[in-house]
Amino acid sequence: MRKLIDIPDKEPTNVAGKELRNRPAKTKKSKGQTGQSMKHESAEKHVMGSAVYVDDIPEYPNQLHIAVGGSAHAHAKIKSIDLTSVRETLGVVDVITVEDVPGHVDIGPVFSGDPVLVEELCEYIGQPIFAVAADTMEIAKAAVLKANIEYDILEPILTVEKALADEFFVRPTHQHIRGDAAKALAEAPHRIQGQQHVNGQEHFYLEGQVCSVIPTEDGGMKVYSSTQHPTEVQKLVAEVLGISINKVQVEIRRMGGGFGGKETQAAPLACIAAIVANKIGRPVKYRMSRHDDMVMTGKRHPFFNSYDVGFDQQGIMLGSEIMVAGNCGNSPDLSDAIVDRAMFHSDNAYYLNNATVTGHRCKTHTTSNTAYRGFGGPQGVILAELMVDDIARYLGEDPLTIRKRNLYGIKHDHIRTANDEVDERNQTHYGQTVERNVLPELIQELEKTSDYWQRREEIKAFNASSPFLKKGLALTPVKFGISFTVQFLNQAGALVHVYTDGSIHLNHGGTEMGQGLFLKVAQVVAEEFQVDLDTIQVSATNTEKVPNTSPTAASSGTDLNGMAARDACLRIKAGMVKFAAEHYGSENDKAQQSNVRFDNNNVIIVKDSGEEVIVSFADFVQQAYMGRVPLSSTGYYKTPKIHYDRNAGKGRPFYYYANGASVSEVLVDTLTGEHRLVRTDILHDVGRSLNPAIDKGQIEGAFIQGMGWLTTEELKWNDQGRLMSNGPATYKIPTVVDTPFEFNVNLLKDRPNGEETIYRSKAVGEPPFMLGISVWSAIRDAVASLAGYNYGAPMNTPATPEQVLRSVQDTKDFVRNSAEGEKD
Amino acid sequence: MIRFCLNGRWIDETAVSSDMTVLRYLRTQQVLVGTKEGCGSGDCGACSVLLGELAINESGDGVWSYRAINACITFIAQLDGKSLITVDALATKGSAKDKEVDQLHPAQQAMVDYHGSQCGFCTPGVVMSLAALHENQRIKQDSEPADHHQIIDALSGNLCRCTGYRSIIEAAGNMNDYHNNSTDAGQVGIWQPAAQLAVATTEKPQADLLHGASLANNTSQSWVAKTEDELKTLLAQYPKARMVAGGTDIALEVTQMHRHVPQLIAINDIPSLKTIKIEDESILIGAAVTYSQMELILNKYFPEFGQLLHRFASRQVRNNGTMGGNIANASPIGDTPPVLLALGACIELASAAGNRWLPLNDFFLDYKKTQQQPGEYLRMIRIPRLHANQVLKVYKISKRLEDDISAVLAAFKFTLAKDKKGRGGKQIVTAVTSGFGGMAGIPKAATKLEQALLNKEVSMQAFEQAAQILDQDFEPMTDVRATSKYRLQVAQNLIQKCAFELSNPELVTRIEALNHSDLSLAEVASEVSNRA
Repeated sequence: MRKLIDIPDKEPTNVAGKELRNRPAKTKKSKGQTGQSMKHESAEKHVMGSAVYVDDIPEYPNQLHIAVGGSAHAHAKIKSIDLTSVRETLGVVDVITVEDVPGHVDIGPVFSGDPVLVEELCEYIGQPIFAVAADTMEIAKAAVLKANIEYDILEPILTVEKALADEFFVRPTHQHIRGDAAKALAEAPHRIQGQQHVNGQEHFYLEGQVCSVIPTEDGGMKVYSSTQHPTEVQKLVAEVLGISINKVQVEIRRMGGGFGGKETQAAPLACIAAIVANKIGRPVKYRMSRHDDMVMTGKRHPFFNSYDVGFDQQGIMLGSEIMVAGNCGNSPDLSDAIVDRAMFHSDNAYYLNNATVTGHRCKTHTTSNTAYRGFGGPQGVILAELMVDDIARYLGEDPLTIRKRNLYGIKHDHIRTANDEVDERNQTHYGQTVERNVLPELIQELEKTSDYWQRREEIKAFNASSPFLKKGLALTPVKFGISFTVQFLNQAGALVHVYTDGSIHLNHGGTEMGQGLFLKVAQVVAEEFQVDLDTIQVSATNTEKVPNTSPTAASSGTDLNGMAARDACLRIKAGMVKFAAEHYGSENDKAQQSNVRFDNNNVIIVKDSGEEVIVSFADFVQQAYMGRVPLSSTGYYKTPKIHYDRNAGKGRPFYYYANGASVSEVLVDTLTGEHRLVRTDILHDVGRSLNPAIDKGQIEGAFIQGMGWLTTEELKWNDQGRLMSNGPATYKIPTVVDTPFEFNVNLLKDRPNGEETIYRSKAVGEPPFMLGISVWSAIRDAVASLAGYNYGAPMNTPATPEQVLRSVQDTKDFVRNSAEGEKD
Repeated sequence: MIRFCLNGRWIDETAVSSDMTVLRYLRTQQVLVGTKEGCGSGDCGACSVLLGELAINESGDGVWSYRAINACITFIAQLDGKSLITVDALATKGSAKDKEVDQLHPAQQAMVDYHGSQCGFCTPGVVMSLAALHENQRIKQDSEPADHHQIIDALSGNLCRCTGYRSIIEAAGNMNDYHNNSTDAGQVGIWQPAAQLAVATTEKPQADLLHGASLANNTSQSWVAKTEDELKTLLAQYPKARMVAGGTDIALEVTQMHRHVPQLIAINDIPSLKTIKIEDESILIGAAVTYSQMELILNKYFPEFGQLLHRFASRQVRNNGTMGGNIANASPIGDTPPVLLALGACIELASAAGNRWLPLNDFFLDYKKTQQQPGEYLRMIRIPRLHANQVLKVYKISKRLEDDISAVLAAFKFTLAKDKKGRGGKQIVTAVTSGFGGMAGIPKAATKLEQALLNKEVSMQAFEQAAQILDQDFEPMTDVRATSKYRLQVAQNLIQKCAFELSNPELVTRIEALNHSDLSLAEVASEVSNRA
């Protein structure tokens, strides 16, 4: 390593001939720029166990551990709290209740409704009432059980149906209206209705919620929090303590998985820990046990959806009335935006034409549901897929045929606008035009590479002869809108330092949760400076480095932070280029700024005479430093083009759409309802991939997670509102066996993003989650074979063996009734 | 005092609390934080570590062999005389002075190169499971890459929420390419520590138990029984002490219910409880034999029982868990008791007062209540072997294929005869015994069903009819796993399915069977269609 004031041994020779000898071949590129499948920046540390997560940070000798006591009832008023025995437990240092909160009590992220500790009214089982600080987590957990709390028990509302009937909402109902759905429905040649219950999903990040806080000498708090939204944790900690935001610093190097579950749900832990730490003046750690994590924190929203759709003889949708009702739990949290996104995606890839989409935000006395990969989108998309499947069964057509006819941008001569022109069929029910739709060609390619039609015939033959094992096949597409639908969140900042040895330090507002964001953004910086990836060191996300950040969510991490980092690089480079031109040009032989370029770990200056000077990046940086050029910059980005008028329900909420499609084949045992995924083919559009290996990893992981949501993962509450599936013994996420034998995942080639995103890539975190819907649709397909593919039995999700057997029974009843009907 | 080897270094512990789990010990006492807690209940495998046991080979040398276990549901007392390897020590550290990089273990290097980690939190556990697979193959001098089945088996207890597993499977299949990275000179001390130090501990004078392998602090005591005599003496003296063989159930009381276990006796090191005997008429399995140790025997003598093991517990749990524990805990959701009921198994209970045998059927009294008296321990399980005209059928219904608790477990032992009336080679049920799990508060036989099936011909129609009576045997409950209605319906359907399988033993009829064979679906298809 060089010392700061080191001067290069000698000035680089600016004699072209001499330099050329050492000049690397033109073809050699620096390692690790965008487009290359670099390994995860922490891969070695992951496998060695040396990657540090919040719970791994060395503990202070006087650090305390927290456990929280929660409400025993879903809806109740607290009559009295007796915590004497809790306090008297050996090893317990302090116990706090809401009385001990110095500042704000409400920590709702957008709207109020989330008290950090219950004041009087309990609205879900497990809602935090008091917190115990003890020498060990085990002591704290055991002490919590000794509390004596008396309640006035109130009637809870626990189902969406009841909440709908009572109009018990956390936020007002909202609508998107395009054309006249009622008229179109009335005039349509065919019209069917359907409904579905779509269950929620536990995030089950392998690293549970955790934070560690240390009081500072300024009366503030240093917070290590496993959070996707450090800025919000910072703000809320400041608020509950009644101090200014600048006294709180939040840092997160990495999470052991987030999936949306650490967007708002990490803050309550940090706030409780900070209140305790502030009160007793000692460092405090609050790590939730898996049980507490599953009971106390929010999940994916369960939805109750229904449709009424009119279509023509070809199955082309003419008008629909769609309802999506999210079970938001006890408070608004992010539910307004989540139900909005379900509404935005209730068309999935299909032109609805005349449509009225209504979204309800139902309140129930359960934990407040929250962000989860897809953010309501999947719950809307699956309704669209139910609708097209049902149309296909009604008409006796293959579902893929119906899907293709209804795609955006597929024109049909007989589908006309009011002016009797051929309808372009490219406007969504919220007024955004679907541009450059890749789905028609993407699907065409996938049906070919997956042998869809040949396998369809084979499966029909198999099902005709197999007594109780039935196969199913389905291709489902996804169109997912990219941008936060709340406009102000679409901004990001970054900080880049270049040090005098040529090494680069990168920091940005995005958080690393395994998705490879730190790597991708580092690859962007490597690309900008044309240096090897290992030149760049990424550091922990920290509110002191980049302030006022948006959550790492909505698949936006790379789009936003990559652009912000690039902006910082461009600013630094501008200074460097100016310096290079001045430094290497002379009166007689000028160097133009436009002839300075960064190439393979070098800076190359071509002077007017044609003479080329090549300086290694490190040496050049040293010269620039000596020449007093700023080598550090912040960067900033805001997404262009987006606008949305929520009152009108019209606009362009999304900068662009990400697309993909998957074909899944399943085997169903119609005697037991058990099923197995045999093969999946995926073709997904990530634009120009920044890192194909990372992108494929996101697609595969999202698909399996989506499949888990729809098959094995079943959240169950009892009639008191207690979560019964409260641990991995009762809540089953996919294992290695559930990965299909044949799993072909490909990226759509040669389709850079039509919008000017970071190197024309596309967001990838959430969109492929919805590819998992092909598994659910394939199971329905297998069951439909029992009725000659003329009936689509309802199948709520998850499609557990029990649910599938119910659909099988339903289908058999349909066949029997039709046969009896014919006899009559 | 107990003694064990941690990452190549022998450690003596005297005052660790009896309910200290290995995971908590590693993270808080040793500050080895590479091993992660994902669930604390043995369901996710993030805390997987390698537990080594010493065996004497043919040349008389002590050789350590390793298996992956869940550190979160293993107690420290279970480590006595063992060697433990954690992820922190798996790589060979390069010398910083010589600018050597760390030499990763093949499992680690393959995971890096095949993009097998995303968030990285499950990764240490995945790496340890793969290291166990790799090392065990290496010991067998098997240079072939692990096949799909071996990989799935090794990873069955490791949950990953990020990757979808494909990249991990690929990494596992390519570990052998990094053979040169393997356990070379620098690592020998970790894998094969000096055995004489362990022996010194295990050969304690037996007379004074409290000076034998034990731990004690202010609130708890634990002992490591090395013989049945020691166990009997301890149980006579401390009748309330809890026994731990594998710990896969009792540890949950500590980690999930926050209960204290003040007195604990580890019985996992008693050689006479770890034996399997094959006799002419029956198989005898010691109460402390782990599932992994009995796999080959079960596969050979009761194939469907062997298959069940894959589904009912992960590799890590099978490496520690015992059939004795499954029986003694008398959980209504234990998967082996129904099978043992159908097979007509007996168990031996022992105490200082003497030994007694009783049919398993008589052992279970009520929810978590058994015939076992204070001071008694479960010694041996005797399973009658199948005759040529007998078939064992075992069915497990659960939401997830692997490592899930059954909604319904059904087991039948059929004795079949060719139909004398010669109706197209049909078979007749001449005897049947059954066992059901998930249908009642205890594992239970369906006696009315058994009667209804007796002398019936094996056909889906006949069995379907007989199955109607099942609602007189059981009124199953509705819980988080399934409704009462489904449990009854699926149990009845399984009886039908059973008839089909008895008539068509050559066909693949189980969706889970696709795990265990190389049959492509097309082949399954054609087989089934050919027969139909």
